[in-house]
Amino acid sequence: MAASSTTITSAGPSRPARSFFQRLRGGDEAAYLITFAAAASILLVTALLVFELYTNSALSRAKFGWSFFVTQTWDPVAGQYGALPFIYGTLVTSALALLIGVPLGVGAAIFLAELAPRAISDGLTFLIELLAAVPSVIYGLLGVFVLIPILRTLEPAIRAVLGWTPLFRGAFYGVSLFSAGVVLAVMIIPFIISISREVILAVPGDQREAALALGATRWESTWDVVVPYARKGIAGSIFLALARALGETMAVTMVIGNDPKIKASLLAPGYSIAAVIANEFTEATGQLYTSALIELGLVLFALTIVINAVARLLVAGTGDRNA
Amino acid sequence: MTRRILMAALAFALAAGAASAQNVLINGAGATFPYPMYSKWFDEYHKKFPTLQFNYQSIGSGGGIQQVTQGTVDFGASDGPMNDMQLKEYQAKHGSAILHFPTVMGADVPAYKIAGVSQALNFTPEALAGIFLGKITKWNDPELMKANPGVKLPANDIIVVHRSDGSGTTYVWVDYLSKVSKEWESKVGRGTSVNWPVGLGGKGNEGVSGQLEQTPNSIGYIELIYAVQNKITYGKVKNASGAFVEASLASVTAAAAGAASDMPDDFRVSITNAPGKDAYPISSFTWLLIPEKIADATKKKAIKDFLTWMLADGQNMTEPLAYARLPKAVVVKEQKAIAKIQ
Repeated sequence: MAASSTTITSAGPSRPARSFFQRLRGGDEAAYLITFAAAASILLVTALLVFELYTNSALSRAKFGWSFFVTQTWDPVAGQYGALPFIYGTLVTSALALLIGVPLGVGAAIFLAELAPRAISDGLTFLIELLAAVPSVIYGLLGVFVLIPILRTLEPAIRAVLGWTPLFRGAFYGVSLFSAGVVLAVMIIPFIISISREVILAVPGDQREAALALGATRWESTWDVVVPYARKGIAGSIFLALARALGETMAVTMVIGNDPKIKASLLAPGYSIAAVIANEFTEATGQLYTSALIELGLVLFALTIVINAVARLLVAGTGDRNA
Repeated sequence: MTRRILMAALAFALAAGAASAQNVLINGAGATFPYPMYSKWFDEYHKKFPTLQFNYQSIGSGGGIQQVTQGTVDFGASDGPMNDMQLKEYQAKHGSAILHFPTVMGADVPAYKIAGVSQALNFTPEALAGIFLGKITKWNDPELMKANPGVKLPANDIIVVHRSDGSGTTYVWVDYLSKVSKEWESKVGRGTSVNWPVGLGGKGNEGVSGQLEQTPNSIGYIELIYAVQNKITYGKVKNASGAFVEASLASVTAAAAGAASDMPDDFRVSITNAPGKDAYPISSFTWLLIPEKIADATKKKAIKDFLTWMLADGQNMTEPLAYARLPKAVVVKEQKAIAKIQ
């Protein structure tokens, strides 16, 4: 066997297969095993998570069934639990965050990658990446002490412009779905900018040169060639941002008002799934209560998967048409 | 070579085991409200008996009840007494009972922010229940005007702020409202989290007081200790004897003394709306949950000794930390109850 290591391993069919340990020494096998274990562990953790959420929510699932999704009451005293107000709050705040965050984030990424001078781009990018590392409780504090007072002064103006829609009616207490959406937008913008910029920078230079050679202006080459080329990566950054917005807990609970009622107005307080779990889990007494909170976790998990799947399908769909 | 290392490791493990056999570690978990008091007590007690160590995790009352029931900790702690169903569950699991020992007391106070009003307002039980039910919606409601002659209350809407996290503080507040208002009891009831008819939720005492600070014409409830430490003005509440009483350590102790006369043997008692003209009506005990049967003799002795010490020297440490001490009658009753631990 020692001889085989000196010969060139052309892997002829007649050659005896190398022993496991020999292959291990070669490095390839070790790398394969280690990276496989790493990948498998992620799957395992996810599977375990779903399993735990599913089994521990059995009591609540058995008692409420599908009505859990359409019931608006959340009454721990009476043992009545419904997820609808929380699902509503989670979806509305995340949608608002994307509505505000995507144009700003993608716009900033295009500027930093394509249009800004190198020095400015690098400096700003460094700052933006710092923003992505700020703990969410800090964003919550920022929301409470800076954003809400600003929104309070802006409220009459917002009402004057958009007051005719049912979305901006009713009393404004500062804490609201709207405030939560804005705070989330601020939180996800660094993710969108940081990843989108990398993706746009990675677009091969000859794409731009080809566009310019055909007589396109700089903006035309950026908007019609570079951005579509980077489309999948930009969409990826938005998915990541959305996942963060859906699951964000601390910052949301500080500014959303924590009131499980469904109101059409964005100025009204609301509640989100992650926030109610964080708020009530530690003091939840009784098995049904705990079980209902765990089922909310399962709902959030499912919601994230469904939204991501739909978004990915949409992106794939538009890709075919553009191509 | 390998064998020698193994032997050394084994010897080390044995030595460590022997050392830890002398040190007794007693684990507990539960309520967050008395945590500063308990950590002070456990620290002082550890200084007195260095081989004895109490480890307390402030994971919340619900968690404390759950863990002691599952037997993962030596004792639990809770801001609300265990209910009959929980007691039965414990009995079924362990074949013996669990005992409640009141340790200190706390209170909830109504705090508010109204432009132009800086003095302590008077609140009747009807006013508080009405506001939190969403029936009294303006600050110049006759119920509030009547209790506060001479105060110029604005005609603005009242904004209610409550706790969003499950909390013993909430339990005490809604327990009080349930006692003074039939409508509250039937519509909302008691719990660490409830289905609030009106209002915004703030996380923790700091969340509620922050919300009050920022929202004009708001009212909420916070823990007395938090209000005292942060110099927040709070209102007086009319007690069962008809007097408007300001929450203080003395008036909270008075509430417990008022309730002591008909204290049940298991100490599971609510002292909200207690009789006595000095009693502050929104007060509560916080409890240690100690198993009646403790198998480990050293742990049993340590816990019994600690309880004895807590009821004597321990009570003298309460006031600097702004907790109200137990009244004499309750202390005497608890001292007798320690003998039940076997």
